[in-house]
Amino acid sequence: MTIALETRGLEKSFGALRVTRDLSLKVMQGARHALIGPNGAGKTTVINQLTGVLTPNSGRILLEGSDITGLSVHKRVLRGLSRTFQINQLYPDLTPLETIGLAVSERMGRGGDWWRRMGTRSDVNTEIAEILSRFHLLDVMTELTSTLPYGKQRLLEIAVAIAAKPRVLLLDEPAAGVPESERHDILAAVAALPRDVTVLLIEHDMDLVFSFADRISVLVNGGLLTEGAPDEVARDPQVRAVYLGEAADA
Amino acid sequence: MTALSDVSTHAMASARWRVSEVAFWALALACAFLFPSRYLIMTDIVRLGLFALSLDLILGYAGIVSLGHAAFFGVGAYSAGLLALHGIINEPVIALVAAGLVAALLGFLTSFLVIRGVDLTRLMVTLGIALLLEALAERFSNITGGTDGLQGIEMQPILGLFTFDMFGKTGFFYSLIVLFILFLLARRVVHSPFGLSLRAIRNNPLRAAAIGVPVNRRLIAVYTLAAFYAGIAGALFTQTTALASLDVFSFERSADLMLVLVIGGTGYLYGGLIGAVVFKMLQELFQSITPQYWLFWIGLVLVVIVLVGRARIHRWVLFVPNLIIRQFAGRKAAVAVPESDAS
Repeated sequence: MTIALETRGLEKSFGALRVTRDLSLKVMQGARHALIGPNGAGKTTVINQLTGVLTPNSGRILLEGSDITGLSVHKRVLRGLSRTFQINQLYPDLTPLETIGLAVSERMGRGGDWWRRMGTRSDVNTEIAEILSRFHLLDVMTELTSTLPYGKQRLLEIAVAIAAKPRVLLLDEPAAGVPESERHDILAAVAALPRDVTVLLIEHDMDLVFSFADRISVLVNGGLLTEGAPDEVARDPQVRAVYLGEAADA
Repeated sequence: MTALSDVSTHAMASARWRVSEVAFWALALACAFLFPSRYLIMTDIVRLGLFALSLDLILGYAGIVSLGHAAFFGVGAYSAGLLALHGIINEPVIALVAAGLVAALLGFLTSFLVIRGVDLTRLMVTLGIALLLEALAERFSNITGGTDGLQGIEMQPILGLFTFDMFGKTGFFYSLIVLFILFLLARRVVHSPFGLSLRAIRNNPLRAAAIGVPVNRRLIAVYTLAAFYAGIAGALFTQTTALASLDVFSFERSADLMLVLVIGGTGYLYGGLIGAVVFKMLQELFQSITPQYWLFWIGLVLVVIVLVGRARIHRWVLFVPNLIIRQFAGRKAAVAVPESDAS
Protein backbone atom coordinates (compact mmCIF):
# COMPACT_ATOMS: atom_id res chain seq x y z
CA MET A 1 0.00 0.00 0.00
CA THR A 2 1.28 3.44 -0.86
CA ILE A 3 1.18 6.40 1.45
CA ALA A 4 -1.05 9.24 0.26
CA LEU A 5 -0.27 11.82 2.89
CA GLU A 6 2.48 11.82 5.47
CA THR A 7 3.91 14.13 8.10
CA ARG A 8 7.38 13.64 9.57
CA GLY A 9 8.26 15.20 12.91
CA LEU A 10 5.87 18.11 12.52
CA GLU A 11 6.36 20.87 15.10
CA LYS A 12 4.42 24.08 15.56
CA SER A 13 4.58 26.57 18.41
CA PHE A 14 2.79 29.82 19.02
CA GLY A 15 5.18 31.59 21.36
CA ALA A 16 5.82 29.26 24.29
CA LEU A 17 2.83 27.10 23.44
CA ARG A 18 3.67 23.90 21.57
CA VAL A 19 0.52 23.05 19.67
CA THR A 20 1.96 20.34 17.46
CA ARG A 21 4.56 18.03 19.00
CA ASP A 22 6.70 15.79 16.83
CA LEU A 23 3.73 14.56 14.86
CA SER A 24 4.40 11.76 12.41
CA LEU A 25 1.29 10.58 10.65
CA LYS A 26 0.79 8.25 7.71
CA VAL A 27 -2.45 8.19 5.73
CA MET A 28 -2.66 5.26 3.31
CA GLN A 29 -3.97 5.46 -0.23
CA GLY A 30 -7.75 5.07 -0.30
CA ALA A 31 -7.99 5.08 3.50
CA ARG A 32 -10.85 6.41 5.57
CA HIS A 33 -8.65 7.80 8.27
CA ALA A 34 -9.98 9.75 11.24
CA LEU A 35 -8.05 12.17 13.40
CA ILE A 36 -9.75 12.58 16.76
CA GLY A 37 -8.89 14.27 20.00
CA PRO A 38 -10.41 16.37 22.78
CA ASN A 39 -10.98 20.09 22.37
CA GLY A 40 -7.72 22.00 22.15
CA ALA A 41 -5.74 18.95 21.06
CA GLY A 42 -4.50 20.89 18.05
CA LYS A 43 -6.50 19.20 15.29
CA THR A 44 -7.24 22.39 13.39
CA THR A 45 -3.62 23.51 13.63
CA VAL A 46 -2.60 20.23 12.00
CA ILE A 47 -5.10 20.78 9.17
CA ASN A 48 -3.86 24.31 8.66
CA GLN A 49 -0.31 23.06 8.33
CA LEU A 50 -1.33 20.29 5.94
CA THR A 51 -3.12 22.78 3.68
CA GLY A 52 -0.46 25.47 3.87
CA VAL A 53 -2.32 28.13 5.85
CA LEU A 54 0.29 27.77 8.62
CA THR A 55 3.96 26.96 8.17
CA PRO A 56 5.37 24.38 10.61
CA ASN A 57 8.43 25.34 12.67
CA SER A 58 10.06 22.12 11.64
CA GLY A 59 9.17 18.80 10.10
CA ARG A 60 7.99 17.86 6.66
CA ILE A 61 4.73 17.18 4.86
CA LEU A 62 4.64 14.75 1.94
CA LEU A 63 1.83 14.30 -0.54
CA GLU A 64 2.17 11.02 -2.43
CA GLY A 65 5.85 10.96 -1.64
CA SER A 66 6.76 14.47 -2.74
CA ASP A 67 7.59 17.23 -0.30
CA ILE A 68 4.91 19.96 -0.23
CA THR A 69 6.01 21.68 3.00
CA GLY A 70 6.95 24.89 1.19
CA LEU A 71 4.10 25.07 -1.29
CA SER A 72 1.42 27.77 -1.14
CA VAL A 73 -2.23 26.96 -0.42
CA HIS A 74 -3.47 27.06 -4.00
CA LYS A 75 -0.56 24.99 -5.35
CA ARG A 76 -1.34 22.19 -2.89
CA VAL A 77 -4.91 22.18 -4.16
CA LEU A 78 -3.69 21.79 -7.72
CA ARG A 79 -1.48 18.91 -6.55
CA GLY A 80 -4.58 17.09 -5.31
CA LEU A 81 -4.98 18.06 -1.66
CA SER A 82 -8.33 19.63 -0.90
CA ARG A 83 -10.23 20.44 2.25
CA THR A 84 -13.55 21.43 3.75
CA PHE A 85 -13.91 23.84 6.65
CA GLN A 86 -15.44 23.26 10.06
CA ILE A 87 -17.24 26.59 9.80
CA ASN A 88 -18.53 27.13 6.27
CA GLN A 89 -16.11 29.11 4.17
CA LEU A 90 -18.20 29.92 1.13
CA TYR A 91 -18.89 32.88 -1.11
CA PRO A 92 -22.08 34.54 0.22
CA ASP A 93 -22.65 36.61 -2.96
CA LEU A 94 -22.06 33.77 -5.40
CA THR A 95 -24.51 31.06 -6.40
CA PRO A 96 -23.71 27.34 -6.07
CA LEU A 97 -23.46 27.28 -9.86
CA GLU A 98 -20.80 29.98 -9.85
CA THR A 99 -18.98 28.49 -6.88
CA ILE A 100 -18.67 25.05 -8.44
CA GLY A 101 -18.01 26.57 -11.87
CA LEU A 102 -15.07 28.48 -10.49
CA ALA A 103 -13.62 25.45 -8.72
CA VAL A 104 -13.90 23.34 -11.87
CA SER A 105 -12.40 26.10 -14.03
CA GLU A 106 -9.46 26.53 -11.67
CA ARG A 107 -8.76 22.83 -11.61
CA MET A 108 -8.69 22.70 -15.40
CA GLY A 109 -6.24 25.60 -15.38
CA ARG A 110 -8.90 27.80 -16.97
CA GLY A 111 -9.49 30.14 -14.03
CA GLY A 112 -7.29 32.86 -15.46
CA ASP A 113 -9.15 33.02 -18.76
CA TRP A 114 -10.35 36.57 -18.98
CA TRP A 115 -11.66 36.58 -22.52
CA ARG A 116 -13.97 33.57 -22.50
CA ARG A 117 -17.39 33.94 -20.89
CA MET A 118 -18.52 31.52 -18.17
CA GLY A 119 -20.74 28.71 -19.39
CA THR A 120 -19.27 28.43 -22.88
CA ARG A 121 -17.08 25.37 -22.27
CA SER A 122 -19.10 22.19 -22.45
CA ASP A 123 -16.53 20.10 -20.54
CA VAL A 124 -16.76 22.52 -17.61
CA ASN A 125 -20.57 22.58 -17.77
CA THR A 126 -20.80 18.80 -17.84
CA GLU A 127 -18.75 18.53 -14.71
CA ILE A 128 -20.67 21.29 -12.91
CA ALA A 129 -23.95 19.53 -13.71
CA GLU A 130 -22.57 16.22 -12.47
CA ILE A 131 -21.37 17.66 -9.15
CA LEU A 132 -24.50 19.75 -8.54
CA SER A 133 -26.74 16.76 -9.09
CA ARG A 134 -24.58 14.44 -6.99
CA PHE A 135 -24.84 16.86 -4.04
CA HIS A 136 -28.55 17.66 -4.57
CA LEU A 137 -27.85 21.30 -5.38
CA LEU A 138 -29.39 21.53 -8.85
CA ASP A 139 -32.66 23.02 -7.63
CA VAL A 140 -30.91 25.84 -5.76
CA MET A 141 -28.04 26.46 -8.16
CA THR A 142 -29.06 30.02 -9.05
CA GLU A 143 -29.77 31.17 -5.51
CA LEU A 144 -27.25 33.18 -3.54
CA THR A 145 -25.24 30.99 -1.19
CA SER A 146 -26.04 33.28 1.75
CA THR A 147 -29.76 32.49 1.36
CA LEU A 148 -29.40 28.70 1.35
CA PRO A 149 -30.44 26.57 4.33
CA TYR A 150 -27.51 25.53 6.49
CA GLY A 151 -27.62 21.90 5.40
CA LYS A 152 -27.39 22.91 1.73
CA GLN A 153 -24.47 25.20 2.50
CA ARG A 154 -22.77 22.30 4.24
CA LEU A 155 -23.29 20.12 1.14
CA LEU A 156 -21.90 22.92 -1.00
CA GLU A 157 -18.89 23.09 1.27
CA ILE A 158 -18.11 19.44 0.50
CA ALA A 159 -19.07 19.80 -3.17
CA VAL A 160 -16.56 22.64 -3.71
CA ALA A 161 -13.79 20.54 -2.21
CA ILE A 162 -14.76 17.61 -4.47
CA ALA A 163 -14.91 19.88 -7.54
CA ALA A 164 -11.16 20.33 -7.16
CA LYS A 165 -10.91 16.56 -7.85
CA PRO A 166 -8.69 15.86 -4.87
CA ARG A 167 -6.81 12.60 -4.41
CA VAL A 168 -6.62 13.42 -0.71
CA LEU A 169 -9.55 15.13 0.98
CA LEU A 170 -9.44 16.65 4.45
CA LEU A 171 -12.90 16.80 6.02
CA ASP A 172 -12.99 19.13 8.99
CA GLU A 173 -16.07 18.22 11.07
CA PRO A 174 -18.43 17.86 8.09
CA ALA A 175 -21.55 17.43 10.22
CA ALA A 176 -20.84 20.23 12.69
CA GLY A 177 -23.86 22.37 13.43
CA VAL A 178 -26.16 20.63 10.98
CA PRO A 179 -29.70 20.23 12.32
CA GLU A 180 -30.84 16.64 12.83
CA SER A 181 -33.31 16.82 9.91
CA GLU A 182 -30.61 17.67 7.39
CA ARG A 183 -27.92 15.46 8.89
CA HIS A 184 -28.75 12.42 6.84
CA ASP A 185 -27.89 14.14 3.53
CA ILE A 186 -24.47 15.12 4.81
CA LEU A 187 -23.65 11.66 6.12
CA ALA A 188 -24.84 10.12 2.87
CA ALA A 189 -22.66 12.52 0.89
CA VAL A 190 -19.64 11.67 3.02
CA ALA A 191 -20.30 7.94 2.73
CA ALA A 192 -20.69 8.24 -1.04
CA LEU A 193 -17.30 9.86 -1.58
CA PRO A 194 -15.43 7.98 -4.33
CA ARG A 195 -13.27 5.13 -2.96
CA ASP A 196 -10.15 6.27 -4.82
CA VAL A 197 -10.17 9.51 -2.84
CA THR A 198 -8.19 9.23 0.36
CA VAL A 199 -10.07 10.86 3.23
CA LEU A 200 -8.71 12.27 6.45
CA LEU A 201 -11.65 13.05 8.72
CA ILE A 202 -11.32 15.40 11.65
CA GLU A 203 -14.32 14.82 13.83
CA HIS A 204 -15.87 15.18 17.24
CA ASP A 205 -18.87 13.03 16.59
CA MET A 206 -17.94 9.48 17.68
CA ASP A 207 -20.88 7.84 15.86
CA LEU A 208 -19.65 9.27 12.60
CA VAL A 209 -16.04 8.36 13.28
CA PHE A 210 -16.73 4.73 14.16
CA SER A 211 -19.16 4.19 11.31
CA PHE A 212 -16.89 5.79 8.73
CA ALA A 213 -13.23 5.29 9.61
CA ASP A 214 -11.09 2.24 9.01
CA ARG A 215 -8.19 3.75 10.91
CA ILE A 216 -8.07 6.24 13.77
CA SER A 217 -5.31 8.46 15.13
CA VAL A 218 -5.77 10.07 18.51
CA LEU A 219 -4.24 13.47 19.08
CA VAL A 220 -3.70 14.75 22.62
CA ASN A 221 -1.90 17.98 23.47
CA GLY A 222 -0.51 18.25 19.97
CA GLY A 223 1.12 14.83 19.96
CA LEU A 224 0.02 11.42 18.76
CA LEU A 225 -1.34 9.32 21.65
CA THR A 226 -2.13 6.17 19.75
CA GLU A 227 -3.20 4.90 16.38
CA GLY A 228 -4.94 1.81 15.06
CA ALA A 229 -8.08 0.16 13.79
CA PRO A 230 -11.35 1.47 15.32
CA ASP A 231 -11.87 -1.48 17.70
CA GLU A 232 -8.27 -1.31 18.98
CA VAL A 233 -8.59 2.39 19.63
CA ALA A 234 -11.94 1.90 21.33
CA ARG A 235 -10.39 -0.66 23.67
CA ASP A 236 -7.27 1.37 24.42
CA PRO A 237 -7.41 2.33 28.12
CA GLN A 238 -5.43 5.54 27.56
CA VAL A 239 -7.86 6.69 24.93
CA ARG A 240 -10.82 5.83 27.12
CA ALA A 241 -9.28 7.87 29.89
CA VAL A 242 -8.57 11.06 27.95
CA TYR A 243 -11.25 11.01 25.35
CA LEU A 244 -13.91 8.39 25.13
CA GLY A 245 -14.48 8.58 28.88
CA GLU A 246 -15.56 12.18 28.49
CA ALA A 247 -17.74 11.33 25.53
CA ALA A 248 -19.42 8.47 27.40
CA ASP A 249 -20.15 10.72 30.34
CA ALA A 250 -21.60 13.45 28.17
CA MET B 1 -29.40 15.47 -20.02
CA THR B 2 -31.57 18.34 -18.80
CA ALA B 3 -29.29 19.19 -15.87
CA LEU B 4 -26.51 19.98 -18.32
CA SER B 5 -28.62 22.27 -20.49
CA ASP B 6 -29.92 23.98 -17.34
CA VAL B 7 -26.39 24.53 -16.15
CA SER B 8 -25.20 26.00 -19.44
CA THR B 9 -28.25 28.25 -19.73
CA HIS B 10 -27.89 29.62 -16.22
CA ALA B 11 -24.11 29.89 -16.40
CA MET B 12 -24.39 32.14 -19.42
CA ALA B 13 -27.43 34.08 -18.22
CA SER B 14 -25.53 36.75 -16.32
CA ALA B 15 -23.45 37.69 -19.36
CA ARG B 16 -26.46 38.21 -21.60
CA TRP B 17 -27.28 41.79 -22.65
CA ARG B 18 -30.35 43.15 -20.95
CA VAL B 19 -32.85 45.53 -22.50
CA SER B 20 -31.99 48.13 -19.88
CA GLU B 21 -28.32 48.01 -20.86
CA VAL B 22 -29.07 48.65 -24.51
CA ALA B 23 -31.39 51.46 -23.44
CA PHE B 24 -28.63 52.97 -21.30
CA TRP B 25 -26.17 53.19 -24.18
CA ALA B 26 -28.81 54.37 -26.64
CA LEU B 27 -29.63 57.14 -24.19
CA ALA B 28 -25.96 58.07 -23.83
CA LEU B 29 -25.67 58.36 -27.60
CA ALA B 30 -28.93 60.29 -27.81
CA CYS B 31 -27.58 62.87 -25.34
CA ALA B 32 -24.94 63.77 -27.92
CA PHE B 33 -27.66 64.96 -30.24
CA LEU B 34 -30.12 66.27 -27.63
CA PHE B 35 -27.72 68.66 -25.91
CA PRO B 36 -25.31 69.98 -28.56
CA SER B 37 -24.40 72.96 -26.38
CA ARG B 38 -23.31 70.81 -23.44
CA TYR B 39 -20.44 68.82 -24.90
CA LEU B 40 -17.89 70.00 -22.34
CA ILE B 41 -19.80 68.87 -19.27
CA MET B 42 -20.86 65.67 -20.98
CA THR B 43 -17.24 64.90 -21.84
CA ASP B 44 -16.42 65.55 -18.21
CA ILE B 45 -19.06 63.02 -17.19
CA VAL B 46 -17.82 60.39 -19.65
CA ARG B 47 -14.25 60.78 -18.36
CA LEU B 48 -15.35 60.55 -14.75
CA GLY B 49 -17.44 57.51 -15.66
CA LEU B 50 -14.43 55.77 -17.16
CA PHE B 51 -12.33 56.67 -14.13
CA ALA B 52 -15.03 55.30 -11.81
CA LEU B 53 -15.30 52.15 -13.93
CA SER B 54 -11.62 51.66 -13.24
CA LEU B 55 -12.11 51.91 -9.47
CA ASP B 56 -15.15 49.62 -9.67
CA LEU B 57 -12.98 46.91 -11.23
CA ILE B 58 -10.78 46.73 -8.16
CA LEU B 59 -13.28 47.80 -5.48
CA GLY B 60 -16.52 46.22 -6.69
CA TYR B 61 -15.05 43.01 -8.03
CA ALA B 62 -11.80 42.35 -6.17
CA GLY B 63 -12.59 44.26 -2.97
CA ILE B 64 -9.45 46.44 -3.04
CA VAL B 65 -10.15 49.85 -1.53
CA SER B 66 -8.12 52.78 -2.81
CA LEU B 67 -7.89 56.41 -1.82
CA GLY B 68 -5.16 57.14 -4.33
CA HIS B 69 -6.60 56.16 -7.66
CA ALA B 70 -5.72 59.61 -8.98
CA ALA B 71 -2.10 58.41 -9.13
CA PHE B 72 -2.86 56.49 -12.32
CA PHE B 73 -5.16 59.19 -13.66
CA GLY B 74 -2.35 61.69 -13.19
CA VAL B 75 0.32 59.54 -14.75
CA GLY B 76 -1.94 58.95 -17.75
CA ALA B 77 -2.68 62.66 -18.00
CA TYR B 78 0.97 63.73 -17.88
CA SER B 79 2.07 60.93 -20.22
CA ALA B 80 -0.45 62.00 -22.84
CA GLY B 81 0.51 65.64 -22.32
CA LEU B 82 4.25 65.04 -22.65
CA LEU B 83 3.81 62.76 -25.66
CA ALA B 84 1.82 65.48 -27.45
CA LEU B 85 3.91 68.42 -26.25
CA HIS B 86 7.20 66.98 -27.43
CA GLY B 87 5.69 65.49 -30.55
CA ILE B 88 6.79 61.97 -29.57
CA ILE B 89 3.49 60.39 -30.56
CA ASN B 90 1.25 62.76 -32.44
CA GLU B 91 -1.68 60.52 -33.22
CA PRO B 92 -4.07 60.80 -30.22
CA VAL B 93 -5.36 57.21 -30.19
CA ILE B 94 -1.87 55.69 -30.15
CA ALA B 95 -0.79 58.24 -27.53
CA LEU B 96 -3.87 57.34 -25.49
CA VAL B 97 -2.96 53.66 -25.44
CA ALA B 98 0.68 54.49 -24.69
CA ALA B 99 -0.36 56.68 -21.73
CA GLY B 100 -2.60 53.89 -20.49
CA LEU B 101 0.30 51.44 -20.67
CA VAL B 102 2.55 53.76 -18.67
CA ALA B 103 -0.14 53.92 -15.97
CA ALA B 104 -0.53 50.14 -16.16
CA LEU B 105 3.20 49.70 -15.59
CA LEU B 106 2.99 51.88 -12.50
CA GLY B 107 -0.06 49.89 -11.40
CA PHE B 108 1.82 46.64 -11.82
CA LEU B 109 4.80 47.87 -9.81
CA THR B 110 2.73 49.32 -6.96
CA SER B 111 0.33 46.36 -6.85
CA PHE B 112 2.89 44.41 -4.84
CA LEU B 113 2.59 47.00 -2.07
CA VAL B 114 -1.19 47.17 -2.25
CA ILE B 115 -2.07 43.47 -2.19
CA ARG B 116 -0.26 43.04 1.10
CA GLY B 117 -2.32 43.88 4.11
CA VAL B 118 -5.98 44.60 4.53
CA ASP B 119 -8.35 47.49 3.94
CA LEU B 120 -6.86 50.15 6.18
CA THR B 121 -3.32 49.39 5.04
CA ARG B 122 -4.45 49.54 1.45
CA LEU B 123 -6.15 52.90 1.96
CA MET B 124 -2.97 54.34 3.40
CA VAL B 125 -0.62 52.80 0.83
CA THR B 126 -2.70 53.96 -2.15
CA LEU B 127 -3.11 57.41 -0.63
CA GLY B 128 0.63 57.59 0.02
CA ILE B 129 1.55 56.64 -3.53
CA ALA B 130 -0.71 59.35 -4.97
CA LEU B 131 0.73 62.00 -2.63
CA LEU B 132 4.23 60.85 -3.51
CA LEU B 133 3.59 61.26 -7.22
CA GLU B 134 2.02 64.68 -6.72
CA ALA B 135 5.12 65.80 -4.82
CA LEU B 136 7.42 64.34 -7.47
CA ALA B 137 5.51 66.13 -10.22
CA GLU B 138 5.95 69.38 -8.34
CA ARG B 139 9.63 68.75 -7.67
CA PHE B 140 10.50 67.96 -11.29
CA SER B 141 8.89 71.09 -12.64
CA ASN B 142 11.32 71.20 -15.57
CA ILE B 143 9.45 68.18 -16.96
CA THR B 144 5.95 68.68 -15.63
CA GLY B 145 5.76 72.46 -15.64
CA GLY B 146 5.30 72.41 -11.85
CA THR B 147 2.35 74.37 -10.51
CA ASP B 148 1.73 75.94 -13.92
CA GLY B 149 1.16 72.53 -15.46
CA LEU B 150 1.94 71.56 -19.02
CA GLN B 151 1.23 74.43 -21.34
CA GLY B 152 0.96 74.77 -25.05
CA ILE B 153 -0.27 71.26 -25.77
CA GLU B 154 -1.62 71.08 -29.29
CA MET B 155 -3.61 68.05 -30.24
CA GLN B 156 -3.35 66.59 -33.70
CA PRO B 157 -6.49 65.23 -35.42
CA ILE B 158 -7.68 61.80 -34.29
CA LEU B 159 -6.52 59.17 -36.78
CA GLY B 160 -5.45 62.14 -38.88
CA LEU B 161 -9.10 62.76 -39.73
CA PHE B 162 -11.05 64.36 -36.89
CA THR B 163 -9.84 67.70 -35.56
CA PHE B 164 -10.61 68.65 -31.94
CA ASP B 165 -13.04 71.57 -32.20
CA MET B 166 -13.60 74.37 -29.70
CA PHE B 167 -17.14 73.21 -28.84
CA GLY B 168 -15.81 69.86 -27.75
CA LYS B 169 -17.93 67.83 -30.13
CA THR B 170 -15.04 65.70 -31.40
CA GLY B 171 -13.74 65.35 -27.86
CA PHE B 172 -17.09 64.09 -26.65
CA PHE B 173 -17.59 61.47 -29.32
CA TYR B 174 -13.97 60.41 -28.97
CA SER B 175 -14.38 59.98 -25.19
CA LEU B 176 -17.70 58.20 -25.54
CA ILE B 177 -16.29 55.71 -28.05
CA VAL B 178 -13.26 55.04 -25.85
CA LEU B 179 -15.54 54.55 -22.84
CA PHE B 180 -17.79 52.17 -24.76
CA ILE B 181 -14.90 50.05 -26.04
CA LEU B 182 -13.31 49.83 -22.61
CA PHE B 183 -16.69 49.09 -21.08
CA LEU B 184 -17.18 46.17 -23.47
CA LEU B 185 -13.76 44.87 -22.50
CA ALA B 186 -14.53 45.21 -18.79
CA ARG B 187 -17.88 43.50 -19.27
CA ARG B 188 -16.17 40.61 -20.99
CA VAL B 189 -13.59 40.35 -18.25
CA VAL B 190 -16.02 40.36 -15.31
CA HIS B 191 -18.14 37.61 -16.86
CA SER B 192 -15.13 35.38 -17.47
CA PRO B 193 -13.74 32.76 -15.09
CA PHE B 194 -11.13 35.38 -14.20
CA GLY B 195 -13.84 37.83 -13.18
CA LEU B 196 -15.61 35.14 -11.19
CA SER B 197 -12.41 34.35 -9.33
CA LEU B 198 -12.12 38.04 -8.39
CA ARG B 199 -15.59 38.00 -6.88
CA ALA B 200 -14.66 34.84 -5.00
CA ILE B 201 -11.56 36.57 -3.64
CA ARG B 202 -13.62 39.56 -2.50
CA ASN B 203 -16.10 37.23 -0.82
CA ASN B 204 -13.59 34.97 0.89
CA PRO B 205 -9.87 35.06 0.06
CA LEU B 206 -9.19 32.09 2.35
CA ARG B 207 -11.61 29.85 0.52
CA ALA B 208 -10.54 31.19 -2.88
CA ALA B 209 -7.02 29.95 -2.20
CA ALA B 210 -8.42 26.68 -0.88
CA ILE B 211 -9.99 25.84 -4.24
CA GLY B 212 -6.81 26.61 -6.13
CA VAL B 213 -7.16 30.31 -7.01
CA PRO B 214 -3.74 32.03 -7.10
CA VAL B 215 -5.08 34.99 -5.12
CA ASN B 216 -2.12 37.35 -5.34
CA ARG B 217 -1.58 36.83 -9.04
CA ARG B 218 -5.24 37.62 -9.76
CA LEU B 219 -5.14 40.77 -7.63
CA ILE B 220 -1.98 41.99 -9.37
CA ALA B 221 -3.61 41.39 -12.75
CA VAL B 222 -6.80 43.29 -11.97
CA TYR B 223 -4.94 46.14 -10.25
CA THR B 224 -2.77 46.55 -13.35
CA LEU B 225 -5.85 46.50 -15.57
CA ALA B 226 -7.58 49.12 -13.42
CA ALA B 227 -4.48 51.32 -13.55
CA PHE B 228 -4.60 51.07 -17.35
CA TYR B 229 -8.23 52.24 -17.33
CA ALA B 230 -7.47 55.12 -14.97
CA GLY B 231 -4.49 56.10 -17.12
CA ILE B 232 -6.70 56.19 -20.19
CA ALA B 233 -9.20 58.39 -18.31
CA GLY B 234 -6.35 60.75 -17.39
CA ALA B 235 -5.03 60.80 -20.93
CA LEU B 236 -8.53 61.63 -22.20
CA PHE B 237 -8.57 64.52 -19.76
CA THR B 238 -5.35 65.97 -21.20
CA GLN B 239 -6.31 65.31 -24.78
CA THR B 240 -9.77 66.86 -24.58
CA THR B 241 -8.75 69.87 -22.48
CA ALA B 242 -5.17 70.33 -23.78
CA LEU B 243 -4.19 70.72 -20.14
CA ALA B 244 -2.32 68.79 -17.47
CA SER B 245 -1.71 70.31 -14.08
CA LEU B 246 -0.80 69.03 -10.62
CA ASP B 247 -4.41 68.67 -9.55
CA VAL B 248 -4.70 65.50 -11.66
CA PHE B 249 -2.97 63.81 -8.73
CA SER B 250 -5.02 65.53 -6.04
CA PHE B 251 -6.58 63.76 -3.11
CA GLU B 252 -9.93 65.36 -3.96
CA ARG B 253 -9.92 63.55 -7.27
CA SER B 254 -9.49 60.17 -5.58
CA ALA B 255 -12.04 61.03 -2.92
CA ASP B 256 -14.63 62.28 -5.45
CA LEU B 257 -14.25 58.96 -7.20
CA MET B 258 -15.26 57.13 -4.04
CA LEU B 259 -18.31 59.38 -3.81
CA VAL B 260 -19.24 58.52 -7.39
CA LEU B 261 -19.23 54.82 -6.53
CA VAL B 262 -21.09 55.40 -3.28
CA ILE B 263 -23.81 57.11 -5.32
CA GLY B 264 -23.87 54.58 -8.16
CA GLY B 265 -23.04 51.37 -6.35
CA THR B 266 -20.30 48.83 -7.03
CA GLY B 267 -19.95 45.46 -8.63
CA TYR B 268 -22.23 45.76 -11.68
CA LEU B 269 -20.12 48.08 -13.91
CA TYR B 270 -22.87 50.66 -14.41
CA GLY B 271 -22.44 52.05 -10.90
CA GLY B 272 -19.52 54.24 -11.92
CA LEU B 273 -21.28 55.49 -15.03
CA ILE B 274 -24.60 56.27 -13.33
CA GLY B 275 -22.75 57.67 -10.33
CA ALA B 276 -20.73 59.98 -12.60
CA VAL B 277 -23.88 61.34 -14.22
CA VAL B 278 -25.62 61.92 -10.90
CA PHE B 279 -22.52 63.36 -9.24
CA LYS B 280 -21.82 65.87 -12.01
CA MET B 281 -25.46 66.91 -12.28
CA LEU B 282 -25.69 67.43 -8.53
CA GLN B 283 -22.47 69.41 -8.66
CA GLU B 284 -23.88 71.59 -11.46
CA LEU B 285 -27.18 72.04 -9.69
CA PHE B 286 -25.72 72.90 -6.29
CA GLN B 287 -23.08 75.16 -7.78
CA SER B 288 -25.74 77.18 -9.56
CA ILE B 289 -27.85 77.47 -6.40
CA THR B 290 -25.10 78.13 -3.88
CA PRO B 291 -21.73 78.57 -5.59
CA GLN B 292 -19.81 78.61 -2.32
CA TYR B 293 -21.51 75.88 -0.39
CA TRP B 294 -22.13 73.18 -2.97
CA LEU B 295 -19.96 70.76 -1.02
CA PHE B 296 -22.39 71.05 1.86
CA TRP B 297 -25.20 69.72 -0.32
CA ILE B 298 -23.06 66.94 -1.77
CA GLY B 299 -22.26 65.95 1.80
CA LEU B 300 -25.93 65.95 2.69
CA VAL B 301 -26.80 63.76 -0.29
CA LEU B 302 -24.11 61.29 0.76
CA VAL B 303 -25.40 61.04 4.29
CA VAL B 304 -28.93 60.46 2.99
CA ILE B 305 -27.75 57.76 0.58
CA VAL B 306 -25.92 55.91 3.29
CA LEU B 307 -28.76 56.20 5.82
CA VAL B 308 -31.64 55.37 3.50
CA GLY B 309 -29.70 52.66 1.72
CA ARG B 310 -28.99 52.51 -1.97
CA ALA B 311 -31.15 49.44 -2.53
CA ARG B 312 -34.22 51.33 -1.38
CA ILE B 313 -33.42 54.39 -3.52
CA HIS B 314 -32.90 52.15 -6.55
CA ARG B 315 -36.28 50.58 -5.97
CA TRP B 316 -37.96 54.01 -5.83
CA VAL B 317 -36.20 55.23 -8.95
CA LEU B 318 -36.96 52.05 -10.87
CA PHE B 319 -40.55 51.77 -9.64
CA VAL B 320 -42.14 53.55 -12.61
CA PRO B 321 -40.00 51.98 -15.37
CA ASN B 322 -40.58 48.53 -13.91
CA LEU B 323 -44.31 49.18 -13.64
CA ILE B 324 -44.45 50.12 -17.31
CA ILE B 325 -42.45 47.09 -18.36
CA ARG B 326 -44.69 44.79 -16.35
CA GLN B 327 -47.84 46.33 -17.74
CA PHE B 328 -46.92 46.31 -21.39
CA ALA B 329 -44.43 43.53 -21.86
CA GLY B 330 -46.16 41.22 -19.40
CA ARG B 331 -42.94 39.88 -18.02
CA LYS B 332 -40.58 40.31 -15.15
CA ALA B 333 -38.93 43.67 -14.64
CA ALA B 334 -35.89 44.00 -16.83
CA VAL B 335 -34.33 47.01 -15.21
CA ALA B 336 -31.06 46.05 -13.63
CA VAL B 337 -30.49 46.32 -9.93
CA PRO B 338 -26.94 45.57 -8.81
CA GLU B 339 -26.60 42.05 -7.51
CA SER B 340 -24.94 43.15 -4.32
CA ASP B 341 -27.95 45.33 -3.54
CA ALA B 342 -30.59 42.85 -4.55
CA SER B 343 -31.31 41.45 -1.12
